[in-house]
Amino acid sequence: MASRDGLHLLNVSHAFGDKQVVSGVSIFVEPGELVCLLGPSGCGKTTLLRLAAGLEELQVGRITIGDELVAEGRAGKRTTPEKRGVGLMFQDFALFPHLTVLENVLFGVPQVDTQRRQDAVKALETMGLAGRAGDYTHTLSGGQQQRVALLRALAPRPRVLLLDEPFSGLDVTRRAQIRQDTFRLLKQSGIATLMVTHDPEEAMFMADRILVMRGGRIVQSGQPVEIYFKPETRFVAELFGPVNRLPGRVEGGTLVTPLGRLPTDGLPDTVDVQVLIRPEALSLSETDGGDRPASGPVLTVEAARSLGRSTHLSLSLENDGTRYVINALMPGVFMPQTGTRVTASVAPEGVLVFPLHDG
Amino acid sequence: MPTFPATSPAAGPFALPRLRVDRWGVATMIIAFFVAVPLLAVAALALSPTENIWRHLADTVLWSYVRKTLILMAGIGLGTFIIGTGTAWLVTMCRFPGRAVLNWALLLPLAVPTYILAFVFTDQLEYSGAIQSALRDIFGWRNRQDYWFPEIRSIGGAITVMTLVLYPYVYLLARAAFLEQSVCVLEVSRTLGKTPWQSFWGVALPLARPAVAVGMTLAMMEALNDFGTVDFFGVATFTAGIYDVWLNMDNIGGAAQLASVLMVFVLILIVLERMARRGQRYHHTTTKMQALPSQRLTGLRAGLACAACALPVLLGFVLPAGVLMTYALRFYEKTLAAKYWAITFNSIALSATAAAAAVVIGLLLAYGLRLGRGPLPRAAVRLASIGYAVPGAVLAIGVIVPMAAFDNAVDDIAETVFGVSTGLVLSGTVVAILYGYLARFLALSFGTVEAGLCKVSHNIDGAARTLGAGPSKIMGRIHFPLIRTSLLTAGLLVFVDCMKELPMTIILRPFGFDTLATFVYQFASDELFEESALGALTIVAAGLIPVILLAVTTLRSRPGHASGGAV
Repeated sequence: MASRDGLHLLNVSHAFGDKQVVSGVSIFVEPGELVCLLGPSGCGKTTLLRLAAGLEELQVGRITIGDELVAEGRAGKRTTPEKRGVGLMFQDFALFPHLTVLENVLFGVPQVDTQRRQDAVKALETMGLAGRAGDYTHTLSGGQQQRVALLRALAPRPRVLLLDEPFSGLDVTRRAQIRQDTFRLLKQSGIATLMVTHDPEEAMFMADRILVMRGGRIVQSGQPVEIYFKPETRFVAELFGPVNRLPGRVEGGTLVTPLGRLPTDGLPDTVDVQVLIRPEALSLSETDGGDRPASGPVLTVEAARSLGRSTHLSLSLENDGTRYVINALMPGVFMPQTGTRVTASVAPEGVLVFPLHDG
Repeated sequence: MPTFPATSPAAGPFALPRLRVDRWGVATMIIAFFVAVPLLAVAALALSPTENIWRHLADTVLWSYVRKTLILMAGIGLGTFIIGTGTAWLVTMCRFPGRAVLNWALLLPLAVPTYILAFVFTDQLEYSGAIQSALRDIFGWRNRQDYWFPEIRSIGGAITVMTLVLYPYVYLLARAAFLEQSVCVLEVSRTLGKTPWQSFWGVALPLARPAVAVGMTLAMMEALNDFGTVDFFGVATFTAGIYDVWLNMDNIGGAAQLASVLMVFVLILIVLERMARRGQRYHHTTTKMQALPSQRLTGLRAGLACAACALPVLLGFVLPAGVLMTYALRFYEKTLAAKYWAITFNSIALSATAAAAAVVIGLLLAYGLRLGRGPLPRAAVRLASIGYAVPGAVLAIGVIVPMAAFDNAVDDIAETVFGVSTGLVLSGTVVAILYGYLARFLALSFGTVEAGLCKVSHNIDGAARTLGAGPSKIMGRIHFPLIRTSLLTAGLLVFVDCMKELPMTIILRPFGFDTLATFVYQFASDELFEESALGALTIVAAGLIPVILLAVTTLRSRPGHASGGAV
C-alpha cells in the first residue's frame, strides 16, 4: 500500500533579497503521481523543492501535504523539515561521509522500528547493494551512491518524495539504466514525487506530468507528449533542442513558408507568423538530378555529420532571394556529398506556429 | 515497498513572525556580545568625559607614543616583508642544498614568543653578555668607551627581535601564494618568452601581493600586542604607555583613552587586512597543482640561498632554543625550587580551561551562523572576532572595568539587601584572566571550527533534516564526527596562545598568582633570566605544537586545500 498523500503548493512566491526567484507558482502532485519541474538553471525549480521540504522558509503562499497544512506565508504556520515527512534527494546526493551505506540508509529510521529496518536492508539487496552495506560511501560508484541516496530518502517512508536533478551527477552511459531502475522503484512505492530537472528527455521519460518553468513562473503544464508536440511558446519548443525558424504567412487557409505550403489549423488569414520546424521533422531524399521537377522544396547540402544513431545535416535554402540555413536530423546514416541537392518533406506534427512577437 | 502509516507527523510548535532571528541566532548574538564586552567597554571609557587627560597626554607623551609605535610598525612591516617574501621565494622557486629542511624549519621561530627572544638577545648582546665579553677578551678592550657596540635595548633592537619571530606569518602566506600560482600563470609567462626572473617580478610577486599584505598586517598586529619586549627594552610605545599610565600613574581612564588611540591603529590594520583578503580572492588563479618550475642553484649562489634561509631560523629559533637549553640544564634546580611545577600546572590548567571554553563557544557561534538567518548574528560574531587583533593590554582594561562595575553592583545589592559586603567577586580572580583569554582568542577557535564546518555541504544538513533529525541531533550525529579534527586543532591553537600570553595575564592575574609567562617575565626583569630558562623552554616547547600542526597540514597538503589554521 502506498502513501495516499499528495503535495500541494498554492500560489507560492519567494525572493532572495530583492531578487524574485519564484512568482505565484501553484503545483499539485496527486498521490502516486510523478511530476517533473523542467526548466533552465536559475529558473527557481530547486527553490520550490527546498520550500516544499521546509529547508527554505515560505514567504508567500501555502503548502499542504495530504490534508495537513505544513507551511503558510506571512507569519503563518511552519512545520520544521524534520517533522514534515518528506524525502529529499539532493543533486550531489549529500551522503554522510562518516557513515556506512547501511548507516546512511537507516539514518532516518527509528532504532526501535525493526520492521522498517529489515525492509531497508531488503531494499539494499533488491538494488544490488547487499555486498556494500558496510562500506563507506566514497568507495561507491556514482550510480551506487545515487541508489543509496534514493533508498535513504525512501527508508523513513516519507509522504512525498522530492528529487533534485537525481541523474545529473551520473555518467551518460549509466544514466539510462539508472533512470529506468529509479522509475520502477518509484512506481512500485506509489509515492507522490516532485522531481526537478533541466533535461527534457529525462522529464519526458520519468514524468506523468511536466511543468515547464521560466523566470520563476510556470509557463506550461501538461503530459510529456503535449509539451513536446504542443508547446505554447517558442521557449518551450526550444527546450528540446535547437529548431529551424522561418518566416511564414497564412494565405487562403495554408501556411506559406520558404519550405513550401504547410497545413495549418484555423489561423486567421494574412497574418505574419514565425514557423518553428524541429530538425527531426524534416525528411530528406536525394533528387535524381534529372529533369523531373522535385516534389518539394529543394535544398543544398552544406555538411553532413554522422552522430551514429542519426545524421545531422546542415542545408541551405534559397527562397525569393533570401538564403536560409536549415538543420535536419535524419535517422541512421544519410550522408550525401556537400553540394548535393535534396528534397525535403515536412512532418506536420513537427511544425509549430507562433505569433511574431513571441520570444 | 513502503507503507505509510495513517497518522501524520505532529505539526511543529514554531509559529514565529517573519524576519525573526531564530533561537540559534539569538544565542549567537548573546554569546558574541558577551565576548565583545571588553572591546565595547574600552570604547565607552574612552568616550566618557569623566577622566579626561587628553590635554595632558597631548602635552607630554602622546606624540612620542605615536612616533615610536609608527616606527616600530614600519620597521617590522619592512623586516617581515623582506625576510618572509625572500625566503618564501627561494624555497618555492629554487632548488639548493637544505631546501627541503628549511621549507618547514622557516616556520620554527613562530614557536618563540617575542618577549622570550628579547630576553635571550639581551642576555647575549648586552654589555655583560656572552658576545661582548668574548669581544673584550679577544681585543683586550676594558670598558664601554673602548669600542662601539649596538645597544640591543633600543627601538632597533625591538624591531629586530620581533621581526625574527614574526616573519613566518609573511613566509607562510607568501609561500602558499607562490605555490598556488605555479601552474597557470607562471608557465604561461614562460611560454610567452619571459625568463624566470622576469616571471617572478612581473607575475608572481604582483599576484602574491595581497597574501603578503595579509601576512604583514598580522605581524604588525602581533607587534602592537607585544608588551614584554617594549617594556624590557624601554621603548615607549602605546602598549608600554598603557601600562605606565595605568600602573604607575594609577589612571585607568587615561589608560583607556590611550587604549582607544591604539585601537585606531588596530582598526586601520584590520581594514587593510580585510582589503588585502578581498584582493586575494580576485588574485586567486587556480586550485590545480603541479610540480613547480624550479631553478637549480649551484656553487656560490646555492650557498648564499641556503645561508639566507638558514639565518632567520638560526637567529629566531636555534639560538634561543640552544641558549635556553644550556641555561635550563645549568639552572634547572633553581627553577624547580621556584615552584616550577605549581606554575606549570597553573599555566596548563588555565590554558586548557580557556581552550575548552573557546572551542565550545566557537562551535556554538559557528553553528549559530550556519543555522541563523539575517545579518545581525553575523555582525555580532564579526565584532566578537576583532578581539584577536586587539592588543592584550587594551582587552585587559576592557575586562577589568566592567568586572569592577559588576562586583560593585553585587556588593551594593548585598549591602542593601543583606547588610553584608561581598567585596570583589570576580575582579582579581582567574575568572578575569579566562574572560580576557576568551575575548582575545575566541576568533582563533571560531575561525578554525568555521573552516571545518564550511567543508560540510549544506545539503548534508538538509538531507539529515528531511530524514527527521533536528538541529541538535545533526550537531551530535553529523557535524561533531565530521569536524572532530578541526575542534582538536582549534583547542590546541588556543591552548598554546594562552600558554604564551603575557600582557593580559600580568594585569589580570590574582595577587601572587603566576603562569610560566609572568614567571619568566618577572625573573628577566630582575636580571635572573637564566634561572627561569626551564620555564621559557617549556613555553617554547608548547609553542612548537601548532608549528608542527602547520607544517604537517599546510606544507604537506596541496595549497588551496589547507585546513583553517592559525592565521
